[in-house]
Amino acid sequence: MALAPRRRRGTSTAAPRPFPPGTYPVVVVGSGPGALQLSYFLTRLGIAHAVLSADDRPGGMFRNFPIYQRLNTWSKPYAPVAPDSRHYAWYDWNTLLADEPAHQARVPEFMRGDSYFPTREEMEASLAAFVTRTGLAVRFGCRWEGTARTEEGFVLRTSDGEYRCRVPVLAVGMAEPWKPAIAGIEHVPHYAEARPSEAYAGKRLLILGKRTSAFEIADALLPFCREIILVSPRPPLLSIHSHSTAGVRARYLLPYEDHILGGGVFMLDGATSLIEPTARGLRVTATGTTRPGNFVFDVDAVVAATGWTTPLGDLRALGLATFAQDRVPALTPFWESTTVPGMFFAGAASQGAVGLRKHGVPSNSGGLGGFRHNARVLARYLAETYFGIAIPRPTLQPAEVVPYLLSEASRAAELWNQRSYLARVLTLDRARGITDEGVLPLQHFVDASGPDAIATVLETDQSGDHHPAVYIRRDGRVSEHVLPGDPLLNFETGEHRTQLGAALGDLF
Amino acid sequence: MPGREELLDTLAGLALFADLSRPRLEEVMHTFEEEVFAEGQRILRQGFSGSNLYIILEGDAGVVIDGVQRTTLGKGDFFGEISVLLGEPPAADVVALRTLRCLVLPATEVQTFLLGHPHVTLRMLQAEARRLRSTTLWR
Repeated sequence: MALAPRRRRGTSTAAPRPFPPGTYPVVVVGSGPGALQLSYFLTRLGIAHAVLSADDRPGGMFRNFPIYQRLNTWSKPYAPVAPDSRHYAWYDWNTLLADEPAHQARVPEFMRGDSYFPTREEMEASLAAFVTRTGLAVRFGCRWEGTARTEEGFVLRTSDGEYRCRVPVLAVGMAEPWKPAIAGIEHVPHYAEARPSEAYAGKRLLILGKRTSAFEIADALLPFCREIILVSPRPPLLSIHSHSTAGVRARYLLPYEDHILGGGVFMLDGATSLIEPTARGLRVTATGTTRPGNFVFDVDAVVAATGWTTPLGDLRALGLATFAQDRVPALTPFWESTTVPGMFFAGAASQGAVGLRKHGVPSNSGGLGGFRHNARVLARYLAETYFGIAIPRPTLQPAEVVPYLLSEASRAAELWNQRSYLARVLTLDRARGITDEGVLPLQHFVDASGPDAIATVLETDQSGDHHPAVYIRRDGRVSEHVLPGDPLLNFETGEHRTQLGAALGDLF
Repeated sequence: MPGREELLDTLAGLALFADLSRPRLEEVMHTFEEEVFAEGQRILRQGFSGSNLYIILEGDAGVVIDGVQRTTLGKGDFFGEISVLLGEPPAADVVALRTLRCLVLPATEVQTFLLGHPHVTLRMLQAEARRLRSTTLWR
């Protein structure tokens, strides 16, 4: 199925909306980066599918967020590798993957060049260009409203009618505002409803939360607020301490420094129990957690930076298991519901497959930089598992194995974006030789049976040291071999070659 | 699937957290991540580095050494602590015997957590003492 340039909207007579109700092998719900990336790879593999979205244009959450307009993930115009190389994706976490140069819409192309963090508008422009250049089609204005099982698969009820499919893939983002059940929380706008920064000029603001979105607001409002108080039950977890994007990114740490220096930002560890309207604004009552005490704050405004949830519709009624306080679907390593077989997820919800969480580092599937790689893996999995499409696999000579794996560990974006999570896998078949199976979830590799094989990942230990790790399956048993780190992240030294060669032994 | 209040109630009912006030429990809830594992899924893997501390909220898990199940763990039990405290790979697999819901704390945060929550540390030590006593009785 070829990808062709798509006609620009409004340049000719209106085309009929694509994907009318009916039966499709796959139905993808969503039009954010998760849905677009999956649709791209499904198309490349020749899997017919419909893409449905309640929105009116592509972009998903980037149509509205980040609310103060600049992302916290880098897109570096200048990188150690060429922009048209596969490995460049590590230096540009915000661009959707495309195999053909004509299909690529790299975010730096749309950036002004004054920051390596793109603005929301620059991000949205890149996504729109990706749709145009790849010719991807989406049925906009079509809302998924209900779900039922059938003998053949599922039926999705939408505002336009019924869609029957063998495989539904929900790429509906994790961008539905979520607020905890605190008395009076209805008086508090969510992060998503925060007002323009000027509206907080001279105000005393209390922010519920100390995760990334809380710090994003605090950072944006530093020049405006008289005082900012961040309250949540635990101290903030910083990315530079967690060694992952699971912590608050350094880009937003100015409020932290202000708190340390005593400049008008306060961070308090407290459990909020009550929020009441007052003549001036709101009164917030909290109890200290890490240090005892009761707090009462009279403030002009409160914002709940308390996170997001996945819009799961009626899926819980089908038996969908969730976790993280019922906000994330529990998924297999190939992003299938653990309790509703045949129901798949893409995009940010793919963080429901946590992986091995080695050294505490979770998958990076909650962000575009991580889940774009999952989409390629998922499309290949669906192609082979559901539709009998054979995907060609390159073969290697034995002498190529060690240099290839060390090269991958040193610079493959799939392995760097998804540490301890996605692995480059080679299998050994006595008849066929050494086969490159592509990139697969590490959890699948270590827990599934199979032929003799090796999986290579990049890992980060408790000290923050990055290093390759290889998992070798020999006669059905998998062993772990951790290779040394390197201060300049060069994993292609003689020592690495020697250690990897010794670990492999006579396997290949 | 438990929301915030249900999760807090579950934590309050665990022996490990029996001495904590409600605000302290909220802090614990925000410090740990919640994870759910399907039946048959491995949580700890024998011989693999970089594991974490887990506390079972719901379900049962088997402790498996070299393919042989040695014991089972249930609600309120914890595992992974020996590996985390000693910095060594686990000596056993831990496998979900049915849907297993856990709290997980990354190894990097365990020491800070234990030092900051001495009552939990004491409860954990008591549980370890009981395990050790059982082991001694077997011999």
